[in-house]
Amino acid sequence: MKIAVCIKQVPGTTEVQINPETGTLMREGVEGIINPFDLYALEEGIRLKEKYGGTVTVLSMGPPQVESAIREAISYGADEGVMISDRSFAGSDTLATAGTLAAALRILGPFDVILMGRQAIDGDTGQVGPETAEHLGIPHVTEVKMIEGVEGNRITLRRMLEHGYLRLKAPLPILLTVVKEINTPRPASFKGKLRARQVPVKILSGKDLDLAPKIVGLSGSPTRVIRVFTPPKPTGGKVFTGEPKEAVQSLLRALKEAGIPMNCKNGS
Amino acid sequence: MDGIKVIIETCTGCGLCLRACPYQAIELREKKAWITDNCTLCGACVEACPWKAIVIAGWKPIPKEDLSQYRGICVMVEHRFGELSPIVPEIIGAALALKQQFKGDPRTVSALLIGSGVRALSEELFAYGVDEVWLLDKPGIDPFAEDILADLAARAIRDRKPEIVLGGGTVMGRSLLPRMAAKLRTGLTADCTELSIDPETGLLRQTRPAFGGNIMATILCESSRPQMATVRHKVMKPAPKEIGRTGQVVELDYKVPKSDFEILEFVEDTSQKLDLTEADFIVSGGRGLGDPKNFSYIEELARTIGGTVGASRAAVDAGWIPYPHQVGQTGKTVNPKIYIACGISGAVQHQVGMKGSDVIIAINKDPNAPIFSIAHYGIVGDLFQVIPELIRQLRSKEQG
Repeated sequence: MKIAVCIKQVPGTTEVQINPETGTLMREGVEGIINPFDLYALEEGIRLKEKYGGTVTVLSMGPPQVESAIREAISYGADEGVMISDRSFAGSDTLATAGTLAAALRILGPFDVILMGRQAIDGDTGQVGPETAEHLGIPHVTEVKMIEGVEGNRITLRRMLEHGYLRLKAPLPILLTVVKEINTPRPASFKGKLRARQVPVKILSGKDLDLAPKIVGLSGSPTRVIRVFTPPKPTGGKVFTGEPKEAVQSLLRALKEAGIPMNCKNGS
Repeated sequence: MDGIKVIIETCTGCGLCLRACPYQAIELREKKAWITDNCTLCGACVEACPWKAIVIAGWKPIPKEDLSQYRGICVMVEHRFGELSPIVPEIIGAALALKQQFKGDPRTVSALLIGSGVRALSEELFAYGVDEVWLLDKPGIDPFAEDILADLAARAIRDRKPEIVLGGGTVMGRSLLPRMAAKLRTGLTADCTELSIDPETGLLRQTRPAFGGNIMATILCESSRPQMATVRHKVMKPAPKEIGRTGQVVELDYKVPKSDFEILEFVEDTSQKLDLTEADFIVSGGRGLGDPKNFSYIEELARTIGGTVGASRAAVDAGWIPYPHQVGQTGKTVNPKIYIACGISGAVQHQVGMKGSDVIIAINKDPNAPIFSIAHYGIVGDLFQVIPELIRQLRSKEQG
């Protein structure tokens, strides 16, 4: 089974704070990390390989620094890493990103299963998976929480939905986006860390992908960000202290005065 | 770096942009900002620069076709088991609000309804105020067979040519609409919290949170049609229902292709009576509970106010409560009317998932817990005393 895992490098967010003076994000010294959801995709790829044989190829599109994310993925157990990097790719929206990823997947493939995290924690769109699948002309399933198994060229999946989950069978090749519940990623092994340092990471540039300039980067992106701003902060809350009885009384009084119903049976 | 420019004359070399850049893509060279190849054109520096010395040059898009042939607003109808999904009235509400903004040049709001035996839902859609229902009611269309739904929906959009297509920010919507957008080779903005029509250009201004809600971005789709967006659940005001309103049914007649998927079963999650993302009242517990048994406090309070139980990642990772209850970056994003955070310190990752709540109430013994910085109301105290007291007072109020 030929498996591809697409990962994204995102700013490590644990230390994100808003600068109280300028109201902007402070990310001083924050390292890029692998998008947390992509780690579940990677682990699932490795598990598929362990069960059905094959190889796991990790792809990442982004500026040259994504190489560190790819090497990290190799330390967890990916067989090879490919970086999709070119100045002309900067400013890609989800459609242009998907077109570029699809071109790379086509060159490196064909793959039986392509895995991604459900969304990246910086953009939060979750659109690149389905859009990539469409560019490749293969089906996709989002929010996968379990791969029950593969038989022949059919894969049985559980997909998270509001109020429950859906069991379905889908054909291979397929693109899946996964949720956290699907597995618990393993830590990097010593051997993996060694390999990660030694294995060459292949680079695919715009020329390698042979994509028309007008379909990549800014010019291939139908959407354009015209304004970025920080959301207005809450105007400062009312905090009650003291004895629980009085504090609760004050809280309920304040809610009542503000016209906020505290009970969905009576209130709404 | 193409596309982004530092105006050397205006740049003071203050370095604020270096700190704002999430990708470490700015350096100081000869006391001026210098954008390196790591730049992704995210725009954080443009926002951070007090001197307006960084600009992202507007790339001028050239439309591939005559855009004026696209007119009207189309709502993607999501339904399951013969009922409209709860987000549908919200999408219609958003569409009707946009319709109002096209002053003097009225647009039609239509609803694209695809399925088997779904004709009856048209009446309900008219009651919510749509002008037209574009109906494809044929056998063999499973509401979960997204591949054929995307095919049929994209075909309808190509034929009917609306200028705006809105869908729900639901699991299905966020899977189906990107598939359609890629088929139509057009732009799609995910999970919008605000939509408006630019009065000068008539373009759809799509505003959405990114970076886990720390940043808001307004996005345009200028050169391709339709302009597509999914709307975040429980943000847009639902359209009021008026029984008896009517409209026009436009029958679509497409051959239904065979789905690649074999839908086996839908398994309802009984541990969750109400889905968190749809809940109006949520009571969440975190590390401060100290023990899985103490989730009974949370459950009791939730029962009292008719709410749903949520949890922080700490509580889920400790195995105190299953993952579907997790609120936050790697869990669910919720927008209830009231969110009560009990014993949750409020790390950024948790805030990301619940900041959109109408009213946030925090109960925590640490007055410096970050949760208080975003809470509208708070009680500093021991939750094992505060929660029972809160339950007691709420119940006595109910009886009295």
